[in-house]
Amino acid sequence: MKFGVVVFPGTWSDRDCGWVVDQVLGAHLQYLWHKDADLKGCDCIILPGGFAYGDYLRTGAIARFAPVMESIGEFADRGGLVWGICNGFQILCESGLLPGALIRNSSLEYRCEWTNLVVERTDLPFTSQCDEREVLRVPISHGEGSYFADPATLSRLEQNGQVVFRYCDVEGRVRPNANPNGSLHNIAGIVNSRGNVLGMMPHPERCAEAELGGTDGLKLFRSVMHSAAEILTA
Amino acid sequence: MRLEDRDVDERRLREVALTADEYRVIVEALKRPPNDLELGMLGVLWSEHCSYKTSKALLRRLPTSGPAVLQGPGENAGAVSLGNGWAVVFKIESHNHPSAIEPYQGAATGVGGILRDVIAMGARPIALLDSLRFGPLPESRHHFEGVVAGIGGYGNCIGVPTVGGEVYFEDCYAQNPLVNAMCVGLVRANDLMRARAEGTGNKLLLVGADTGRDGIHGAAFASLELDEDSSQRRPAVQVGNPFLEKCLLEACMDLSLTDAVVAIQDLGAAGLTSSVAECAGRVLGAGARIDVSRVPRRERGMTPYDVMLSESQERMLVVVRRGREADIERIFETWDLTSAVIGEVTDDGHLTVMDHMEQVARLPVQLLTEGAPLRRLIGLPPEPAPALDLDAMPPPADIGSVLLRMLGSPNLCSRRPIIRRYDHMVGDATVIPPGGDAAMLRVKGTKVGIAMTTSCNSRYCHLDANLGAQLAVAEAARNIIATGAQPLAITDCLNLANPDRPEVYWQLEETVSGLAQACRSLDLPIVSGNVSLYNESAGGAAIYPTPVIGMVGQIDDYDRRLQAGFKHEGDFVLLIGSSHNDLGGSEYLKVEHGMVAGRPPELDLARERAVGKLILTAAGAGFIKTAHDCSDGGLLVALAECCLLGGIGMRGPALNPEPPLRLDAAFFGESPSRFIVSAPSRATPELQSLARRHHVEIALLGMTGGDALELEGQLKLTLQEMRDAWEGGLGGPA
Repeated sequence: MKFGVVVFPGTWSDRDCGWVVDQVLGAHLQYLWHKDADLKGCDCIILPGGFAYGDYLRTGAIARFAPVMESIGEFADRGGLVWGICNGFQILCESGLLPGALIRNSSLEYRCEWTNLVVERTDLPFTSQCDEREVLRVPISHGEGSYFADPATLSRLEQNGQVVFRYCDVEGRVRPNANPNGSLHNIAGIVNSRGNVLGMMPHPERCAEAELGGTDGLKLFRSVMHSAAEILTA
Repeated sequence: MRLEDRDVDERRLREVALTADEYRVIVEALKRPPNDLELGMLGVLWSEHCSYKTSKALLRRLPTSGPAVLQGPGENAGAVSLGNGWAVVFKIESHNHPSAIEPYQGAATGVGGILRDVIAMGARPIALLDSLRFGPLPESRHHFEGVVAGIGGYGNCIGVPTVGGEVYFEDCYAQNPLVNAMCVGLVRANDLMRARAEGTGNKLLLVGADTGRDGIHGAAFASLELDEDSSQRRPAVQVGNPFLEKCLLEACMDLSLTDAVVAIQDLGAAGLTSSVAECAGRVLGAGARIDVSRVPRRERGMTPYDVMLSESQERMLVVVRRGREADIERIFETWDLTSAVIGEVTDDGHLTVMDHMEQVARLPVQLLTEGAPLRRLIGLPPEPAPALDLDAMPPPADIGSVLLRMLGSPNLCSRRPIIRRYDHMVGDATVIPPGGDAAMLRVKGTKVGIAMTTSCNSRYCHLDANLGAQLAVAEAARNIIATGAQPLAITDCLNLANPDRPEVYWQLEETVSGLAQACRSLDLPIVSGNVSLYNESAGGAAIYPTPVIGMVGQIDDYDRRLQAGFKHEGDFVLLIGSSHNDLGGSEYLKVEHGMVAGRPPELDLARERAVGKLILTAAGAGFIKTAHDCSDGGLLVALAECCLLGGIGMRGPALNPEPPLRLDAAFFGESPSRFIVSAPSRATPELQSLARRHHVEIALLGMTGGDALELEGQLKLTLQEMRDAWEGGLGGPA
C-alpha cells in the first residue's frame, strides 16, 4: 500500500500525514510535488491541509491548476482513492472532483478545536473500520470550512448518501450547537458518487496517537490500508 | 570639530534619530562628515532598537552561560542542547509600536520576524508563543481583536503552531499595547548555524520578497515615544506575507542540508544595512561590498537610501561559498523564490555600498555595529507605591461570589476564545495543549518533551521592579515544573517606558538586577532577548515595567508529563508550599477593592528551588498525577482551574488559616513557590514524607470528585457556575 502525499509550497499537513503513514501506520509513503504530474504508482493520494499557494484569493482557487491536479483528476476518474483533508477538501471542491464549496466560518473566525463526527457511511474504503454511526473525536483547524451547496446539490448528496461525516455532540446527535463553522446540514465530509474521492475538513492525521489527545483518526488510515489489502487479495 | 562645521542640520539629525553628540563621534571616527546615505545607515544602527545603547551596559550583568548553552545572546536566537543530539533554539522579541498603530499587521509581522530569527539558526520553528498586554476591555478591543487576528493570520498560514503565551489587561497599556512574540525551533546540534560572514570572496545572496519602500526608519520609530503623529507613521509598519515566508522557511531548511551555505541572516529592523553589518561584524576584520543596483525591487525610482533602509518583510541574507551560487539558486527556484547575488564578503572591515560602478557609502563595520556611544543615564527611585493597610480591609463577605468575580476577571478567565483562533496542533507534536501552566511539544522520534511558557506579572514590577522581575522568573520556572519538566533557559523581553526619565531608568536597572539574581539562584541562563524602550504615549502614560520571561524546559519521557486539570475521582488534593499575607498587587485587590497597591509577594529563592525540586522528584517517582502553579488569583482560583480543566470537582473541609494568616490572604493571596497537586491516596504518605525531607510545607485540602468545588460550610460552587463565569470573562469572541 503506497500513500502519495501532495505537497504544495504552502501545505503544512504534509509532514503530519507523512508521519502517520510512515511512522504510525507503517505504510509506504511518497511525497508528490505540486509541479510534478507523475503520481509514482501511489494507491491513495492524500491532499493535505495548509494554504496551497497562500490562498489569498480563495482557498484552492489556484491549486486546481497545478500539474499534479490534472493527474489526480485522471486518477480519480479511473477509480483511484483520493482523500482531501482541510485545504485538500477545498481544492477538491474547486477542481470539481467534489460538489459544493467551503466558505468562511459563520463565526468569521479561524477555529482550531476538537469536534465530534458521526460516521454515516461505513461501506467506503475510507471508513470500513468504523462502526455504524460511530462518533469520532477529530480536531478541525480552518477559517473557511463552512460547507455550502445549492439546494439541488445538497438534496442529491443526501439522497445518494454522499455525506460521510457530520458534526455532532458526544452522543452522536447532529445539533446546531455542535456545528463549529456553520456548514449546511452539519456536513464535515462528503464523498463523490462513486465513493473513491473523499473530502473532509477535520484532521484525522492529528489524532492518530494517544499523546496527541486521541486515536480516532487512525481508524480512517487503517480503513484505507484494509481496503487496499482486500483489493489485492480479491 | 565644531557642530557649525558640519553640513547637516538639526532637522536631518532628528529624522535619523541621532544626537549632535553622536554626530560628532561619527565625524571624528570617519575624519569626514558622513554623506546622507551613511547618516541614514548609522541612524538606524545606532537607534536604541538596534544598538541597545541605553541597556547594553546593564545587560552585561545577566548570566548567559551554562553547561547546556550552545549559543548565548548576540546571534539571531539562543540555543540550548537537549543532550540527545538535538538543540532547542528560541527567542522572544517585541513588536509593540507597530501593533499600537496597525494591530493586525504589527502583530503579524512580529510573528514573521521572530520566525526568521529561528530559521536563520538552521532550526525548524516548532512553536510560537505570544505575550500580550492591552488596556481594559471594551475600550481596547480594537487592539486586542487586531493583534489576535494578526497572530493567527500569520501563524496559521505558515503552519507553525501557536501554543502559549499570556494576555493581561491593565490601564497603563491603553495607548501602548505590548506584543511580544516568541519562537521555539529544533535543530540537530551539529547543524546549528551562526550568522557570521566568514570567508573573503564568499557571496552575499538576498532571497525572498522584493525590496520596497515599506518600513523605512522602522527601527528609529521603535525608539521614540508614540505621539499624535504616530498614526502618520503607518508606512513604517510593514505588511506580512506568510505564504512567502513559508516558502522561505522550507527553502532555508533545504539550504541547511547542503554544505554550500556559510550563514543565514534575517532581514529585520534596519533591513539590509543591519543584516549585512551584523553578519560581518561577528567576524573580526570582515567587511562586505554590496551593489544596491542588484537588489530586486518592488517599485521604480528607489534610491540607494530606500534600498539600504527598507524593512520589507520576508527577506533573508545568505552567505554562500564562492562558486556554489548555482546550487543555492536551484533550491530557491524550486520554491519559486527570487534571489540575487548582491555582493561579497571582504576582509577590509568596511561595509561598502555601490550603485552600479559608483560608491555611495563606505563605513567601518565596527562603527556601525559597536560604535554607538553607550548612554549613561541616571536612575532615581520613583515615588513609593501606595501602602496597603491590611487591617483596614474588611474580610470577603461571600467567598463564592468573590471567586466567581475573580474567575470572570479578564486577567484570570479562560483563554479559550483566543486559543481556538490559533492552530495549536499542526506538526503533530503538541502533547500539552495551551491553556495550562506551560505547553509541551515532543521531539518526534524520541520521548523528549520540551515545555515552554511566557510569564510576567507587571503589576508586581510596577510596585517593585526588582522583586517583580524575580517573581516573573520564578513563576515561569514554576509553570515549566508544573508539567514535570526541568527548566533549561530563558529568553527575555524587557518592555519599559522612556529611560530618559530617571525613574524609568531606575526601573530598568532594578529589573536587570532582579533578573540576574533570580537567574543565578535558579541556575537559568538567559540565551537571547530583546529590550523595548520608550513604551509610553504623549499623554505621559508610561507602561509598567514588563520584563516578559520566555522559558523552555525539558522532560526526558513525556509519558510522565503532568497537567493542571484533575484526572481521577478520589485523589487527594494537596497544597505544597506556604501561604502568607501576600495581597499586595494581587488580582483580588484589584477586582474587589479597585487597588494596585502594597508590596508584591515576598520571594525566597532558596525556598523556590526547594519546592521546585520537590515537585520534580515527586513527579519522577510517580507520586503525583497533576500539578498546577498556585499564583495569580491565589488558592481558590487555582483550585477552580484544576476542577475546570479536568472536569472534576473537589470537596474538602473548611479552611481555617492559623493567625497571622488572614482568611482573604489564604484564599486569594498570591504567595509564590506554591503548587496544587493531586495524588493517589496510597502515594500521599510518601509524598508527605518527601516534602518533609525537602523542608517544604504540605497541606491536605480535600479529595477530587463530584461536580462542585466545595469547602464545607465556606464555599460551594458547581463546575457549571464556575465555567460560566470563567468562559465569559473576555466578553464573547476575541
